[in-house]
Amino acid sequence: MITISKVSKWYGKIQVLKNCSAEVAKGEVVVVCGPSGSGKSTLIKCVNALEPFQEGTITVEGISVGDPKTNLPKLRARIGMVFQHFELFPHLSVIRNLTLSQIKVLGRDPKAAAEKATKLLERVGLGAHAQKYPGQLSGGQQQRVAIARALAMDPIAMLFDEPTSALDPEMINEVLDVMVTLAKEGMTMIVVTHEMEFARKVANRVVFMDKGEIVEDAPTADFFGKPRSERAQQFLSKILQH
Amino acid sequence: MFSNIDWNVIIRSLPYLFFDGMRFTIMLTLMATAGGIVIGTLLALARLSNIPGLSQIAGTYVNLIRSMPLVLVIFWFYFLVPYIGQWITGASRPIQVGAFLSALVTFTLFEAAYFCEIMRAGIQSIPRGQVQAAQALGMPYWTSMLEIILPQAFRNMLPILLTQTIILFQDTSLVYVISVTDFLGAASKIAQRDGRLVEMYLFAAVVYFVISLAASYSVRRLQNRIAIIR
Repeated sequence: MITISKVSKWYGKIQVLKNCSAEVAKGEVVVVCGPSGSGKSTLIKCVNALEPFQEGTITVEGISVGDPKTNLPKLRARIGMVFQHFELFPHLSVIRNLTLSQIKVLGRDPKAAAEKATKLLERVGLGAHAQKYPGQLSGGQQQRVAIARALAMDPIAMLFDEPTSALDPEMINEVLDVMVTLAKEGMTMIVVTHEMEFARKVANRVVFMDKGEIVEDAPTADFFGKPRSERAQQFLSKILQH
Repeated sequence: MFSNIDWNVIIRSLPYLFFDGMRFTIMLTLMATAGGIVIGTLLALARLSNIPGLSQIAGTYVNLIRSMPLVLVIFWFYFLVPYIGQWITGASRPIQVGAFLSALVTFTLFEAAYFCEIMRAGIQSIPRGQVQAAQALGMPYWTSMLEIILPQAFRNMLPILLTQTIILFQDTSLVYVISVTDFLGAASKIAQRDGRLVEMYLFAAVVYFVISLAASYSVRRLQNRIAIIR
């Protein structure tokens, strides 16, 4: 469904993505991991064109992301995205956060949008908080609202950019639980994360990046069992030794 | 000089001072602020735009206006606008514009340059992630601006926008140079007619002070009410 093919990106003279290729099939969960600064976030932001790239192609259901003729708002509306720092709209109530783009982008009837939003909030366990503002919620709650907001658009795939890195440890699980449920329901997901337990549990494949390159792209069991590259072995030994 | 103060001159001239003078001052202030914020915001969007040339055009306008004394701009528009009107409409004589309209256009366009810089700072104060979140939800440029970025920028900049408005409120007194009677102009006329300079100018100062103070106080209250919970 999502094909990343030979993508390279530069910030000025610094190359941040080097010839990256990967493929995500429908219903697949792919975890992208690697040391900080390895280009993971940049790569998934290229998928919905939040970041431009200079070489290569990315297609989502056959639509080329880098093509100047592509209607980007329309394409982005079909791909959900969850950010590291939640990025809820602080001046809007929780329910409005969920309904705004349904109404303005998809042209849904406000009542239908509100119904959908309520249902999704209940699903992430936040039905009681619909009228609150994001600033009144904890980090974990905000991130669950953010997931619900993305789901309200009925996305064909979801991108998660380090969804738990900005959370206090006791809130990580409530967010991961929502993501696990989502994965089990068959949502196509690309997840940039350091949560290796999550990867082990739900990922079909793990993509390991380092210094802008995709070093390894392996089925989850293989990746954790016997990573082929030395860099992936070092990375795993560093983060799994506790 | 202070020996024969006559406060009655103030009471006698109150209707003239407020119904003629102050009404003009407040109307000009409010209309120029509203127009200035709208045009200023559009200028700010132009300055931040990626469209080639747009940013330079807006930037040149803002820098040009901000480097000129307001009095000069008032003169400029007062004498120039009739000719521009003639040129645009192709009329045989300069288009007569009323002094009020001329003042309104001047102040709106002048303030727009200042409001532009305030709104530009406001827009830039919104984290990039907010723009990305709006984009990721499929919002086109104008939707994300009108629904996400500008409402937050406006709230963040409200104190400065209102400070600027209070300055504008005082600056409207400069319309005396094109013989328009605002509040200060009205006070000044009475002062000279009746030879009561001390009383009238003292009174004018008190009125400006009270209104400006009340305005900044209500700004603070308004700000607390619409503040974004973070």
